[in-house]
Formats: sequence, C-alpha cells, structure tokens
Amino acid sequence: MLDLIWLVPLLPIIGVVINGFFGRKMTLKAVGLVACTVVGLSFLVTLGAVWQLAQMDPGARAHEVILMTWIPVGSVNGNEILINWGFRLDALSAVLALVVTGVGFLIHVYSVGYMSHEPDYARFFAYLNLFMAMMLTLALGNNLLVLFVGWEGVGLCSYLLIGFFYDRPFDERTGLTCADAGRKAFIVNRIGDLAFLIGMLYIAFFFGTLNFSELPEALGHGSASGALLTGIGILLFIGACGKSAQIPLYVWLPDAMAGPTPVSALIHAATMVTAGVYMVCRMSTLYNHAPEAAAIIASVGALTAIFAATMGICATDIKKVLAYSTVSQLGFMFAAAGVGAYVAAMFHLMTHAFFKGLLFLGAGSVIHGMSGVQDIRKMGGLKEKMPTTYWTFGIATLAIAGIPFFAGFFSKDEILAGAWNSGNKVIWGILVAAAFITAFYMARLTYLVFFGKYRGDQKEWDHAHESPRSMTIPLTILAILSAVGGFIGIPKVLTGGKDINFFHHWLEPVVASGGGAHGGEHGAEVAHSAGVELLLVLVAVIVASLGIFLAWNIYKTAGRSERLAKAAGPIYNLVRNLYWVDEFYERIILRPFYRMSAMFTAFDKWVVDGLVNLSGIAADITGQFVKLFQTGLVRNYALMFLLGVVAILFYLATI
Amino acid sequence: MGPQHYLLVSAILFALGVIGVLTRRGAIMILMSVELMLNAANLAFITFSRLHDQPDGQIFAFFIMTLAAAEAAVGLAIVIALFRLRETTEVDELNLMKW
Repeated sequence: MLDLIWLVPLLPIIGVVINGFFGRKMTLKAVGLVACTVVGLSFLVTLGAVWQLAQMDPGARAHEVILMTWIPVGSVNGNEILINWGFRLDALSAVLALVVTGVGFLIHVYSVGYMSHEPDYARFFAYLNLFMAMMLTLALGNNLLVLFVGWEGVGLCSYLLIGFFYDRPFDERTGLTCADAGRKAFIVNRIGDLAFLIGMLYIAFFFGTLNFSELPEALGHGSASGALLTGIGILLFIGACGKSAQIPLYVWLPDAMAGPTPVSALIHAATMVTAGVYMVCRMSTLYNHAPEAAAIIASVGALTAIFAATMGICATDIKKVLAYSTVSQLGFMFAAAGVGAYVAAMFHLMTHAFFKGLLFLGAGSVIHGMSGVQDIRKMGGLKEKMPTTYWTFGIATLAIAGIPFFAGFFSKDEILAGAWNSGNKVIWGILVAAAFITAFYMARLTYLVFFGKYRGDQKEWDHAHESPRSMTIPLTILAILSAVGGFIGIPKVLTGGKDINFFHHWLEPVVASGGGAHGGEHGAEVAHSAGVELLLVLVAVIVASLGIFLAWNIYKTAGRSERLAKAAGPIYNLVRNLYWVDEFYERIILRPFYRMSAMFTAFDKWVVDGLVNLSGIAADITGQFVKLFQTGLVRNYALMFLLGVVAILFYLATI
Repeated sequence: MGPQHYLLVSAILFALGVIGVLTRRGAIMILMSVELMLNAANLAFITFSRLHDQPDGQIFAFFIMTLAAAEAAVGLAIVIALFRLRETTEVDELNLMKW
C-alpha cells in the first residue's frame, strides 16, 4: 500500500474525468456513486498506507514515491536543484490525508442527498472530486512545489465551488452575487499566494532544495542568517494567511459561504482552510529558527481568534456564524503553531475538521429542511422537527465550546497549555477570552435554531422535515468522531501522569518540538507542576461553561438580546457591521486601485491605442493616395511597364 | 547581311508588338501582339547564337516557342471565359481591378 500512495490523489481525478465529461448523460445516482466511490477508494488506500506506516519504526516513519523528474533546474547559487513530482507519506501528511479523505468521503455522501434538488449535479461532483485530488496533492506532495500545485489547485476549486450558483444573489448588504464571492476569494488568495511563491523561491535559492526530506536539515544547520529565515517565514505565513483566512486576509471566508453548504463544510471548514496550518507545521524547523516570524504567527493567530469570534456573536446567517467561527478556530491553530505547539495545532486541525464539518453539515441539514432559509432569527424550536440534526449539532457545539471529554476539549486545552508553557501569557489570555466567546456564540446559535419558539413563516415550519439518510448518516459518524475523537490525544495531567497521548507520539518525530516564539528561552517551563496544568484545564472548562450559560440565559428570554444590543449601541453596530473592515478595504485599497486602473485605462486608450490607430490611419491615407494610380486598365499597366523598362535600360546605358 | 540586319528586324518586330499591346483594344489582338514580341526575342536569340557559334540561344528559342504555345492556350482560354461572362473582349471595359 505504501507504494500506492500516488493513487490517493489520482483516484479522484478519475471521478473528475467521468463526471466532468459524461456526467450530463448519466443518471443522478450514477454520478453520485462514481464521485463517492473514487473518494472512498482514496480513503481506503490512505488507510492501508497509514496502517503500514504505523508498523514502521517511529523515527523512520516516512515513505516517498517519486513518479518523475519534474523540473531539473540545474545549478543555482552553487546548489544543484532538481524538483521531482513525488508524494510523501509521513506522520504529518498521514494526519491530513486521513482527515481529508475521511471527512471528504462523508461529505461526498452527504452531498448526494443535499444536492439532489439542484441543477448541474454532475458539475458539482466533478468540482468536488477535483478538489479532493488537489487537496491530497497538497497533503502528500514531497516538496514545496508539489504542495504549491495542490495549494493553487484547491484555490481554483474553492473559486469554482463558491461561485457554483453563479447567477444567484448572495449578499443584500453589498449586492454581491455568488460569482462575485468566488472572485473575491480567488483574488484575496492570490495576494497570499504571491508571497508564498516568493518565500518558496527564496528557499530554493538559498538552501538549494524544496524537498521536505532535506529541508529540516538545510534550514536547521544554522548557516543562514536570522533575517533571511525570518523573512522567508513571514512570506510563507502571508501565504498561509490568505489560504487559512487570517487577519488581514480573512475577508474572503465569510463570503465563501455563497457556495453550497457541503462545500462550506469540506473546503471552508474542514480541509482547505487548514492547509496553511499544515504548511506552517511542515516548516516547523524554519519557524523554530525564526522566532520573530513565529511570534508574528502567534500574535496574528490569537488576534484573529478573538476578532473573528466577536463577529460571530452578531451574525444572523447560520452559515456566517460558522464561518466566523472557522476563522476564529484557525486563529487558535496558528496561535498554537506560533508558540511552538505544532502537535496541538495539528490536533486541533483534526478535531476541528470533525466538529466544524459536522456543524456545517448540520447547518446544511437545517437549511435543506427549512427550504433554504438561512436566517437564524427566523428559526427556533427545530429540535422536534429534526431530532438527528439536533443532537449531532448539539454534540458539535459542545465539542467546539470545549466541554470536557468532547474532541474540542482536548485539542483546545492542548493549545491553551502550549500558549501558557511558551511563557507568553498575553496570548494565553486572548485565547481564553476567545474560547469564552466561542462557547457563547455557539450556544446562541444552537439555542436560536433548535430551542425556544419558532419565529419564521408557517409555510416553512409545516414543510420542515428531517433530512434523508444519506445526510443523517454522515452527521452521525461525524458526531461520534466529535465526541470521542479527542481521546487519541489525552494530556498527561488527566491520566495521573500516565503517558497515553497517542497523537503526540505519532507526530513528535516529524515536527520540530519546542522552539516557537519563546520556547527557546522558556524550555524549562514545560516542566510545570501537574497542579498548574490542572488549573489551566479547569479555567478553560469554567470559561466554556460560563459562555454557554450566559448565552442560554440571554436568549431564553425573548427580547433580552435586543435590549442588550440597544444598550451596547455603537459597539453592537460596530460588530454587527463587521468592524467596517470590508468598507475599510474598499476605501483604502480598492478605490485607489480603481482610480489607478482608470488612469491606466486612459493611458492605454489614448496613448497606446492612439499610437496603434495612428499608424493604421497613416497607412490608410497613403493607400487613398496611391490607389489613384490603379486604373484597372491593362494597357495602362503595360505602358507603365514599358516606361519602367525604358528607364532601366537608359540607366544601364549611361553607366 | 550581317547580324545587325537581323537585330534590326527583331527590334522592329518588338516595337510593333509593343505598339499593338498599347493601342489595340481587343484582347485577342493584344495576345497576338505579345506573340509578336516573343518572336522578336526569338529572332534576337538565334542571331546571337549564330554570331557566337553557340547553341544556347537556339535552346532558348525552343523554350520560348513552348512557352508561347502554352501562353496562347491559357490566354485564349481566359479570353473565352471572359467573353462568356461579359459578352465582350474589349480590355477597356474590363476595369474592375481598381478601387
């Protein structure tokens, strides 16, 4: 199986070909079957390969399959650079590949039910399969350039799928259509990708390799200057900011909710947006040697975590709440990676894929049952109508809030512990506050959707129904994973010192441990007493419970939330309008950009086109003059011919 | 009779051909004038061949005869086609090849 890992990204391509070229002529059932089968096979191959990987010696758990020489660059800056097209399965890529294929498969199955009423069924699954292929290329690529191909590929699929309902309006406030939302995502990502590309070229130029097998050594042997490493680290992180929706490039993700809900679940919650986190963990050696860059990651991550969480409080679109929540949770992951807790980041990536995928699928189930209503102000009391959706959504809420023994509890706790241990208490504080807000807005969402009295139209209520089995089964499986998925990473403090943290042992050999923003100086602090650790866990749990309790109390009484909003006045307005960030970008970046474009357009139209047209006009005028000699009479031509000959003869005679 | 006489005849023939081409209006007459010019060239070729006692000129003369035959065939075919199309062979009326 290990030698077959190249099949993992290839199998979905087969689905793309079949559904993309012949899907229109196939029945809906056949399209869904093909799409799910190829991803399912991918998952099985991954599972088999990871199983074999697990049999290997922990220190040597890596397997590479080189398919071909891709770009033989030659000698650059004294280094021989050869870029292969190859795949690498090691402990780190195994986690991502399993999450992507596993959650991806469930979401494919879910989509079969969810998209059954939509036109362009085959196109949807062709895109979805293409996304899987690209995401797995990203996960399994054995060097940065192959990863980058996947990176751009998922960006493309994201664009295609956000704009899937390209002609439907999406946002009344801004008047965007779905196609506009897709374009926004693509363009914002482009900014990050450019930085990523530059960073990658710097690595190739100065270190002579892009292979993940050689990079840690090349980056780590200490000959490179700190400034260079920091610069590269920041450039790569800007790329991650674009893809993983961090400040300041997060603005595309809320609008990405224009896509079909399974797409939001798969791409904009579970897999693609975590690619940045994966990349940072991949480059852990780099960030360990560039503490300033790591500190920036930690700060940006923590700020994003709390900033986006506050926006989640006031959003009224069920998917938008989840979108801000995703941005916020990604901030948690980056904060973890920034303080050197790479294992915690990957752990949260995994559990987040479970519970956020579940939340989105649950939201999709609600939207599906409510005939397309997304406004949570028009919902309520849906738990009787949709029992399965209700309890799975509830589990996911508890998991993301960090209630003990659900998946999110373990991963969030590990992030908080990592932040504390790094010595950066400010980041820890921000993250705890963000965790509080997370618990609050998630409880608010759950209450407004499933509890209380129904507030929408009677028509939708009568029609509301539980979703078909193809949707509820993936929900159930993800709910189980969200409930128990955390047990593979139980911290020592909860087991009385016994070390059964499987996840930690699995990843330890691949990500450089310690390091990070402050790990170097504070390495000794890792050895905290169990008491302090326990206290940290307790704080997190109390904060989470408090958040849920508070939300429950506010929203239980009708009208109280509105009164609070009025009392908060300008602050509420600020958050409700998303801190005017979109407007700010519009004013500061877009308008000057448009003005510059208008200037260039004028230059192009009047100067460049003018020169071109001028030469055309000149030729025309010449022609108008010369055409007078063309009489169309053969004898005239013959006479001219004769005169010419005579002139030539005369000339020849005179010399 | 020296070669100058032959060349004089050749020149007169050529001039007659040129005048024919320039003044005649019927396409057939123009073609015949062209033939005249070709034959004037033939005569000049043969004269020089004799003068230098070398066969090249005669070979060229044969070439020109072949060419003249082909040219007459193609030219007359065009004239017939023209006549069918326009009911005339007057070249002055065929003045479409202009702006």
